[in-house]
Amino acid sequence: MSEIPGDLKFNKSHEWARVEDDGNIRVGISDHAQSALGDLVYVELPEIGANVQAGHGVAVVESVKAASDIYSPISGEVLAVNELLNDSPETINEDAYEAGWIFLVKPSNKAEMDELLDADAYAELIENEDH
Amino acid sequence: MTEKTVLNATHRALGARMVDFGGWDMPINYGSQIEEHHAVRRDAGMFDVSHMTVIDLHGARTREFLRHLLANSVDKLKVQGKALYSCMLNENGGVIDDLIVYLFDEQHFRLVVNAGTRAKDLAWIERQAKTFDVEVKERPEFAMIAVQGPNARAKVLGLLHEVDRARIEKLGKFAAAAAQGPHGMPLFIARTGYTGEDGFEIILPAEHAVAWWEALAAAGVAPAGLGARDTLRLEAGMNLYGQDMDETVSPWEANLGWTIALDEGRNFIGRAALEKQKAEGVKRVMVGLVLDEKGVLRHEQKVLTANGEGEILSGSFAPTLNKAVAFARIPAGEPGDVRVDIRGREVPVRVVKYPFVRDGKPQEGI
Repeated sequence: MSEIPGDLKFNKSHEWARVEDDGNIRVGISDHAQSALGDLVYVELPEIGANVQAGHGVAVVESVKAASDIYSPISGEVLAVNELLNDSPETINEDAYEAGWIFLVKPSNKAEMDELLDADAYAELIENEDH
Repeated sequence: MTEKTVLNATHRALGARMVDFGGWDMPINYGSQIEEHHAVRRDAGMFDVSHMTVIDLHGARTREFLRHLLANSVDKLKVQGKALYSCMLNENGGVIDDLIVYLFDEQHFRLVVNAGTRAKDLAWIERQAKTFDVEVKERPEFAMIAVQGPNARAKVLGLLHEVDRARIEKLGKFAAAAAQGPHGMPLFIARTGYTGEDGFEIILPAEHAVAWWEALAAAGVAPAGLGARDTLRLEAGMNLYGQDMDETVSPWEANLGWTIALDEGRNFIGRAALEKQKAEGVKRVMVGLVLDEKGVLRHEQKVLTANGEGEILSGSFAPTLNKAVAFARIPAGEPGDVRVDIRGREVPVRVVKYPFVRDGKPQEGI
């Protein structure tokens, strides 16, 4: 399993959030989540311009095994989605924290970031899940 | 308490992701389920199927007993080593399990039944066997490894004792024979499978299973998990017990009519119910579905047809086809434009004849 980047914050439901230089927030799923789901074959992306709520389902990733909702870690407007995933959903399996990002949000309430887990707390969460 | 096959530590050492499968701790994949699927379609893969239940039947009246127990006709088995696929039905014609029966000799037949139905199968078989004075003996000391794919037979043959190679190479489909593996280990080799590819299913004493697995790996056979096994058998049009049929479903409703032998004068369990159902008209049918749009068909999704609602049984992304396929049970009759409810969205699907894939190739019209 790859190391968890220290600049990420996490939902308990395994989505990551990264604050970009311009203040927007990029969202994906953790390496742990992609590994548990197995080979991804389809990603249902949110619509650009949609308003998303923290904790609400906004996208779906489907592996051979199962479909899984993606909950937004942050509220705001969807500015961009990772179109690459339409043809290459396996990008998430290969590079969950960089090339496999799912959508980019312009946050309406940055304070929500403080409620997310930091990398160490998330590492502890998945450690406990494995036992 | 989860049960473990003798290969459990081997799977873990290979980094397998383990899951509970009908009470057994089994490998779902060793990394990528899709790559394992392709390895079987294009070359050779192996599956630990030691969780399956091997039952030996002994007694002078064993054939007579099996004529009564099974919906397919055991009289199709005429020569030693020949195998037959059959359903075992209850009095209502519902499927208790599907299984393979092998003829050893007139005093000895072997059944291989599903792991998830082990207890009820044994209870049912023992109850029915009493009046025929047949001994029912489970063989938990055996392991079972399936080696499947276009190069599977060649790779197995290369590991057999020289004196056995030519004979096992000539083994016909759905036939089995004994042979010696490395260091003289005794193998029972059947040319059967659950992937739609050629290959063998091999039963051997559990104490030899790790060495046999390692010999296969060294010969270039890729370990494959139960995840790949499921997508391979779905593409190949093979039913999964508990998902595609159970005791509430008759073989007519599970596309297993071809396994029902209504031979004259044979009073097998469930026959009366099957004949009645056929005479009255079978109300539900099992069909194949293909989704040409993006998305995945899944178990329990609702199927909408001109004659009412049906349901998806087995459904998955099919790696050989790069799109989703499924089995569905729908009301009989011309179904019209068929749609599947995927998370509240009605998505059009095509009703097709299956298998979806045979001998590594997508079938026409899929």
